[in-house]
Amino acid sequence: MSAHANEHAVDHDGHDDHGHHHKETFVTKYIFSQDHKMISKQYLITGLFMGIIGIAMSLLFRLQLAWPDHQFTVYEIFLGKWGEGGVMDPSVYLALVTIHGTIMVFFVLTAGLSGTFSNLLIPLQIGARDMASGFLNMVSYWLFFLSSVFMVLSLFVEAGPASAGWTIYPPLSALPQAIPGSGAGMTLWLVSMAIFIASSLLGALNYIVTVINLRTKGMSMTRLPLTIWSFFVTAIIGVVSFPVLLSAALMLIMDRSFGTSFFLSDIYIAGEVLHNQGGSPVLFEHLFWFLGHPEVYIVILPAMGMVSEVLATNSRKPVFGYRAMVASILAIAFLSTIVWGHHMFISGMNPFLGSVFTFTTLLIAIPSAVKSFNWITTLWKGNLQMNTGMLFSIGFVSTFITGGLTGIILGDSALDINVHDTYFVVAHFHLVMGVSALYGLFAGVYHWFPKMFEGRMLNKNLGYVHFWITVVGAYGVFFPMHFIGMAGLPRRYYTNTNFPYFDDLTDVNVVISVFAIFTAAGQLVFLYNFVSSMFYGKKGPQNPWSSTTLEWTAEVKHIHGNWDGPIPEVHRWPYDYSKLNKDESDYVIAGQDFVPQHIPMQDNEDEMDH
Amino acid sequence: MTAFLVVLVIILFGVAVWQLDKIFQMSKSEGSNDSEIASDKDNNINGYLMLGFVFFTYFLLIYCFWKWGDVLLPEAASEHGQGLDDLMYISMALIFFVGFVTLWLLSYFAFKYRGKKENRALFFADNDTLEFVWTIIPVIVLAGLIIYGLFTWTDIMNVDTEDDPMVVELYAYQFDWRARYSGADNTLGEANVRLIEGVNQLGVDASDPNAQDDVVVNELHLPLGRKVLFKMRSQDVLHSAYMPHFRAQMNCVPGMITQFAFTPSITTEDMRLNEDVVDKVNEINRLRREKSLGLAAKGEEGLEPYQFDYLLLCNKICGTNHYNMQMKIVVESQEDYDAWMETQPTFAEVIKK
Repeated sequence: MSAHANEHAVDHDGHDDHGHHHKETFVTKYIFSQDHKMISKQYLITGLFMGIIGIAMSLLFRLQLAWPDHQFTVYEIFLGKWGEGGVMDPSVYLALVTIHGTIMVFFVLTAGLSGTFSNLLIPLQIGARDMASGFLNMVSYWLFFLSSVFMVLSLFVEAGPASAGWTIYPPLSALPQAIPGSGAGMTLWLVSMAIFIASSLLGALNYIVTVINLRTKGMSMTRLPLTIWSFFVTAIIGVVSFPVLLSAALMLIMDRSFGTSFFLSDIYIAGEVLHNQGGSPVLFEHLFWFLGHPEVYIVILPAMGMVSEVLATNSRKPVFGYRAMVASILAIAFLSTIVWGHHMFISGMNPFLGSVFTFTTLLIAIPSAVKSFNWITTLWKGNLQMNTGMLFSIGFVSTFITGGLTGIILGDSALDINVHDTYFVVAHFHLVMGVSALYGLFAGVYHWFPKMFEGRMLNKNLGYVHFWITVVGAYGVFFPMHFIGMAGLPRRYYTNTNFPYFDDLTDVNVVISVFAIFTAAGQLVFLYNFVSSMFYGKKGPQNPWSSTTLEWTAEVKHIHGNWDGPIPEVHRWPYDYSKLNKDESDYVIAGQDFVPQHIPMQDNEDEMDH
Repeated sequence: MTAFLVVLVIILFGVAVWQLDKIFQMSKSEGSNDSEIASDKDNNINGYLMLGFVFFTYFLLIYCFWKWGDVLLPEAASEHGQGLDDLMYISMALIFFVGFVTLWLLSYFAFKYRGKKENRALFFADNDTLEFVWTIIPVIVLAGLIIYGLFTWTDIMNVDTEDDPMVVELYAYQFDWRARYSGADNTLGEANVRLIEGVNQLGVDASDPNAQDDVVVNELHLPLGRKVLFKMRSQDVLHSAYMPHFRAQMNCVPGMITQFAFTPSITTEDMRLNEDVVDKVNEINRLRREKSLGLAAKGEEGLEPYQFDYLLLCNKICGTNHYNMQMKIVVESQEDYDAWMETQPTFAEVIKK
């Protein structure tokens, strides 16, 4: 198998060497590029742009939650007729939370994170000249771009964008009579997501094929960096679960437009009985969460992979328990597809199913715990280089632990009864998948920025400021949120002061919003750093972090084909940091605490079985 | 409070800008620190900050408990709720313990092993014993939690009809609740949204003999100590019947009937005397008095003092007025309940009018 793959890779060389003599125009280089490095930058910048929209929306509704009686001119500016007189309209509040969720989960953390780094790192770290199909890769990006355009366009629809929550449960999402956003806004939402799914599938298939077929000579599966393992497994989960969301979306489109009754039954709304009979909203919930739950692992696994890589590199130590890390990625991926029901304990499904899903859900805590312990052990007795990527990786482990632990409460069907759909859930998933995945994204951007922008590096001091504002602010936002959840406050309430019972939560909400504004302001530091470093950043050495993986052996200047000469051959696993020679007098390579993967085994070192 | 926080945020932002500027200056003046790669000095500073960070996390947690411990829900007002709260305390104790230890190790290692030029990291790639230990410990602990949780869950969800629970329908629609008592026969009449007409707001089948003694109300009264089996229906979209004080919740799904049962164990009157509730109500009333002063200054009417009542809240996004869809629940003695029920007209009486 491996020999065959190598032949194939070599074939490819000749072909591509020939390829990059073609003259490139502006359009083929920057717009319809088939080069994975350019596509990854396109993904990142589109993702960041969507992220700005998503975070700005969260600020608007945080203002509303903290100061419901106050009039803000900013509503008038951004919300137009829904913010007249500085008062936010309740329906636009729901639209904001809906689109915030959709954008952050799909457009930022799926496409922006996995799309960016899978594209950048898969070919570079496995030693390939490009993706298996550069063309499909390009199509995948442009479909993503198109779906982003549709999503943004839906914000300008007369009756308002989709506002049934990012989970778009019917009948609310199916009936424009139920909420204004379920008209044209929801149609655009569904169109956008359908295109997004196509994009994500094309991307995922490409990643899988590339990892299986285009590994360079010597790059066995057990020598893959954990980043590649996580991108590979993420792509598999995507292929398994995204089509299910497409089927749910198609059935919803049919219920909305063609009078079918997949999800609708016995409805009396706006003074009349609908003809629909026999459908079930619970079916939609099953279909949605069959994607929706694996989706959170699609978001978090790439972050985990990158964090493992960045932690090992900057600790100057091998990642602890490589095989356990791979096994836990596989275990998480498998379990992620059989736990979706924990979103539905009180949906009306049979309580016995609830028991089964509690069992599988709590099982997933085991590989997660193993990963956390292994990360902590990776730090132990290291020589930690506090680069910004490293700081964000440590931040990731911290929020993954604090957010993950509350999952033990939510995953327990009995305990879920009373915290389901309260702010406790909001706090939990924001920490464990939102903030953690964003930290993974930042870790990746700081670490691989030189690879993306031809050796230019992000300013480290601005990076430190960004990191410390973000970690303090994020805990300031989401720690207190657990309390208002345990006080019984339901989520997606336009205001909590309409009846007196939750009046005493107002100052908690103020604290949360103040921290949210503070944290969001901190992201401006990052944006400034990102844009200015892109053009004026200092150029670092070819291998700035003294890393072992193959991407740092590739040309600093971007060329199509990545390596000017032949593709490097791999002789060892990717974590030979601080490995000593046989008599333990010095490192394997004297004076250098790392051995890159393309260096052959030395006479003075022990071969180890990792 | 708000003003204070606004000032705080301005100060924090000011500090951030000032620090930024300082860092800019530093990076300009020091020729040697020209690289964007962390130097030993960066490692040192960030190592100490990491240690500070774990104390910040602990502080935040303790502060939240101290400051906002009183906003949490009071003791459970239902029989199964006590068991749920016990499970919650055990789980919370566990996650606090694990959280405290792991966060400490994470930050302490980040501090202790902060990089120095002359230091050498330990090549420590794996250790089967260690990994076995920290796989098997979560397995055992979680197995315990799973078993405990599943017993609790099954007890709550499997309604034993031999207890002869009182059957009550909860009916949700945009944006309000109705409750339908099954009357003397303890059997609800058939109902479907297709039968909604005029005063028959719930679509009850008027020809069903079981429906005649049904009683439809918009305030839920429950007798103390009697098991109630709620049958939930929805008229239009998904809603969720959330009764936080009873640790009870179930979605209302159009096209199907869902159910949840519990036994109320504390009357509204007694709950109002509960220490936590008294504190909470006093705090809410203090805020309302402050607000009333503001309103009075504007010449508007002040707010009435608040009195505690159990609530049924909608907890599934259901439309524009989702935030304002609740029903009062009154738990009272059997006598009071019977007296109240006497005053309510039956379905047959309502239809005749």
